[in-house]
Amino acid sequence: MRAGAISKRQFSQRTAFSLLIIATIIVVIPVFAIVLQIIINGASAISGDFITQAPSQAGKAGGILPAIVGTFYLMLGTILFALPLGVMAGIYLTEYAKENWLTKSINLAIVNLAGVPSIVYGLFGLGVFVLLFHFGMSLLSASLTLACQALAMTVTTSREAILAVPREYREGSLAVGATRWQTIRHLVLPQAFPGILTGAVLAMSRAAGETAPILVVGAAFLLPGLPQSPFDQFMALPYHLYTVAAHVPGMPKSTIWGVALVLLVVVLSFNVLATIIRLRARQRRLNA
Amino acid sequence: MKMNTVLSNNNKVISQSKTKLRTEAVSLYYGSFQALRNISLEIPDRAITAIIGPSGCGKSSFLRLFNRMNDLIAGARVEGGVELDGIPIYDKTIDVVELRKRVGMVFQKPNPFPMSVFENIAFGPRRHGKNNVGELTDIVERSLHQAALWDEVEDKLGQSALALSGGQQQRLCIARVLAVEPEVILMDEPCSALDPVATLKIEDLMRSLAENYTIVIVTHNMQQAARVSDMSAFLMMEEDRAGVLVEYGPTSELFTNPKDKRTEDYITGRFG
Amino acid sequence: MLEQASKATTAMSLKKGLQRRWRLGEKFIESWILLAGILTIVVLLGIIALLLKEGLPAFWYTPPWEFFFGTKWYPVSEPPTFGIMPFFVATLWITLVATAISVPVGVACAAYLAEVAPAKVRETVKPIIEILAGIPSVVMGFIGLMLLSPLVQSAFNLNTGLSGFTAGIMLSLMSLPIIISVSEDALRAVPDDFRQAAYALGSTKWETIRHVSIPGALSGITAAIMLGVGRAIGETMTVLMVAGGALAVPISPTEPMMPMTAAIASGIGNAVRGGLQYQALFAIGLILFVVTLAVNLIADKVLERQKRKFAR
Repeated sequence: MRAGAISKRQFSQRTAFSLLIIATIIVVIPVFAIVLQIIINGASAISGDFITQAPSQAGKAGGILPAIVGTFYLMLGTILFALPLGVMAGIYLTEYAKENWLTKSINLAIVNLAGVPSIVYGLFGLGVFVLLFHFGMSLLSASLTLACQALAMTVTTSREAILAVPREYREGSLAVGATRWQTIRHLVLPQAFPGILTGAVLAMSRAAGETAPILVVGAAFLLPGLPQSPFDQFMALPYHLYTVAAHVPGMPKSTIWGVALVLLVVVLSFNVLATIIRLRARQRRLNA
Repeated sequence: MKMNTVLSNNNKVISQSKTKLRTEAVSLYYGSFQALRNISLEIPDRAITAIIGPSGCGKSSFLRLFNRMNDLIAGARVEGGVELDGIPIYDKTIDVVELRKRVGMVFQKPNPFPMSVFENIAFGPRRHGKNNVGELTDIVERSLHQAALWDEVEDKLGQSALALSGGQQQRLCIARVLAVEPEVILMDEPCSALDPVATLKIEDLMRSLAENYTIVIVTHNMQQAARVSDMSAFLMMEEDRAGVLVEYGPTSELFTNPKDKRTEDYITGRFG
Repeated sequence: MLEQASKATTAMSLKKGLQRRWRLGEKFIESWILLAGILTIVVLLGIIALLLKEGLPAFWYTPPWEFFFGTKWYPVSEPPTFGIMPFFVATLWITLVATAISVPVGVACAAYLAEVAPAKVRETVKPIIEILAGIPSVVMGFIGLMLLSPLVQSAFNLNTGLSGFTAGIMLSLMSLPIIISVSEDALRAVPDDFRQAAYALGSTKWETIRHVSIPGALSGITAAIMLGVGRAIGETMTVLMVAGGALAVPISPTEPMMPMTAAIASGIGNAVRGGLQYQALFAIGLILFVVTLAVNLIADKVLERQKRKFAR
C-alpha cells in the first residue's frame, strides 16, 4: 500500500473534522457573546429600585416592577389554563384513545398547533378572546392566548411522561381490582408528575418570553398601577423591552440592557429549574 | 357440580370438590388471529391447577381469560363461555373491576409499585373504600402473614418495596392480591424470574394458600407442575398457531400415565 | 330442600355482587378527559375558522392575483391598495439568508456532536445549545439591533444596518438549535451495525460519516432543515426589530425590508377592527398559517418515515 494514499485520506479526515469543530464553535460563541454582553451592559442598571419601583418619566427612569409582575401573572395565567387541559389530553391519548380517526386527528392537531407562528396566535387571541368573547385587551385574553400556544407543548410532555410509566404498574393495579381512573390517579400520575412538571415549567418559561401574541392582545407600555383583575391591561417584560428598544427615543442605554437582563434571567432560571426537576427525578428513579 | 374422588400426588383428597372456574368451548381471537381454540375444562375449588405446555401455545392468554385481562388488548375477542361459580363472566352486565377483585393475578416478573411495602399492600383495599388506618394496618399484617413475608419485612413496612429481593417482591405481590380477599389467585409463571430457593418458598406458599383459595398456575417448568399441582392441563399449539387443550386430569395420572401421545412426548422431553 | 334454596340465594347474591356498577364519578372525570383531548382539535379549527372569517373578505376587495403580486401596500391611501409582494419577497430573502447559514453550520455541528465529539464535549455543548434555544426572540432582536446592525452597516457600507441580511443572521441563530437537535437524533438513529461494517472494510471515520451516517440520516436531516425553515418563516419579533421595516420590494438582502410576520405585527395595532386593512392583515396571517402548516406537516411525515426506516 502506498504511504501517500493513506495520508491523503487522513488529511481529508482532519480537514473535515476541523470544519465540523469550527461549525460547533460558530454555534457556541454567539451564545456566550450574547449572554455576556447582556450581563455586562445591563448589570449597571440593576438595583433594588429597578426591580421594585414603577417606571417614571415615561419609562426613562424608575423601575420595571409592573412589567415583572405582569410577566409573572402571565406565566401563572398561561399554566393555569394550559396545564390541566394538557395533562387531561395527555391522559386521554395514552390511556383511553383507541386507534381511530379521532386519535389521529388529535395527534395531527397537536403537530399543527406546535408549528403555528406566534403572530397568528396573536391574531387568534384578538379575534376570539378580545373581540368575540368580549374579554377586551386584558390579562385574561393574553393568558388564554398564550395558553393555546402552550397547549401543544403541555400535551406532548404530559403524554411522554405518562407513557414512560411502565405497563407492569398498570397491570398490577388492575389485577387487584382498581378501576382505570383509580390506576391513573393513584399510580400513573404520581409517577409521571416530575415529567409533567418539567413540561409545565418550560411552558411558563416560554410564556415569559413571548412578545408577538401579547403585542396584539393586551400588553401596554406604561400603566399607572398593577393589574387588579384579570380584565385589566398589564405590562410585561418582553413587550417593555421591545418598546424601549425600538420606540422610545432618548432612552438611557443601560436601562434597556437592564430590562433585557431581567427578562433573560427570568426565562433562563425557569429553564434551569426545569432541568433540575428532570435530573432529580432521574436520580430518584435510579436510586429506587 | 361434583367431581370424582381423586388422589393427587400429594395425597390430597379432592372429593366432592365443587367447580370454581369453568370454560365451555372457549376460543380467543386477537383480531383475525385465533390464539385459543375450543377449550373446555373445569377447575376445582381450593386446589392447585397447573397449565403446562411449550412456550407460545397460549397458556398466559388462557389464564387471562379468568380475570378478563385480555380485554386490555385492542382487538381481543372471546367466543364461548367462561364461568366463575356458574356465573358467565363475559356477560355484558358483569363489572370487570369487581371480577378482578375476586380473581387476583400475580405476574411473571414481580411488579411491586414504587411505594413502601405498606402502601403496596394497602393499595387494593384503599381503592375499594377502606381508609381507616387501623383497618388497613390489620389487613397489611394479615396479608403479609398469609404470604409468609411478615417476619422478613415487619420492621421495614415503610421502606420502598423496590429494595426487597426478587423472591420477597413476588411474595409481596401475592400479599397485595391477598389483601383484597380474592377467591381465586391466578399465577402466570410466578417463579420463572426467581432463584431456586425463592422458588421453593413460593411453592410452599402456594400449597398453604390452596387450603383457602383456588389457585391456577401457568408454568413451563414440568417438575414444578408435578411438585405442586393437583390437576394439570396440557396445552399445545396446532399448525395454525392456535392453542388447544390436549389433555386435562389429575397431575399424578397425567404425568405417570398420559392418555395422549403428545402429552407423553412433551413430558418425556421430546419437544419443548 | 333447604340446602337447594340457600344455594340458590347464595348464587343470586354472588351474581348480584358481580353486577355492573354505575361508577358515576369515573364517568364524569372520563368525559372531561375526552373533552380535553378534543379541545386541541377545537383550537386548531378555531384558528382556521377565524383566519378564514376575517381574512377571506380581503380577497373580495383585492382579487387574489393582485393581492399576491401587487407591490403596493398603502392602507391609508384613497382607495387603499393591498399588495403583499414586498412582504413575501422579504420573507424569502430573510429565510434564504437564515437557511444558508444555519443549515451547513447546524448539520456540521450535529455531525460533530453525534459522531466525533467526546462525551465530555457533548455534555458541555448541549446545554449551551439549550440556552440558545431559550433566549426569547425579542432579546435576539434587541441584540441584533444593538450589536449586529452597526457591524453590518459598516461592513457593507449601508445607510442602515437594519436589513434582511441582519435579520437573517439573527434568525439563523434561532433556527440552529432545532436543526442541530433533530439532525443529531437522526444521526444517532442510524444503527451502529452499518458503521461497524464500514470500519471493517477499512473506512476512516470521516468516510463512514460521509458515506454511511449522513445518507442514513438524510430524511431526518431534511426534516430538521424544514423545521428550521418553518421557524424562520414564522418568527416575528426579531425581524420586526431588525429587518428595517421598509415597504418597497427588496431587491437585495442588504436592504431594509418587512417580512409578512412583521407586517402583521406592525399593522394590526392601527387597523380599524373589521376594516379593509384589518382584513388584509388577517389574509396575510392566513397565508402564513398555510405555508408554515405545509412545511411542518411535510417535516413531520418525513420524520415518521425516518423512524420507520430503522425500526426493528
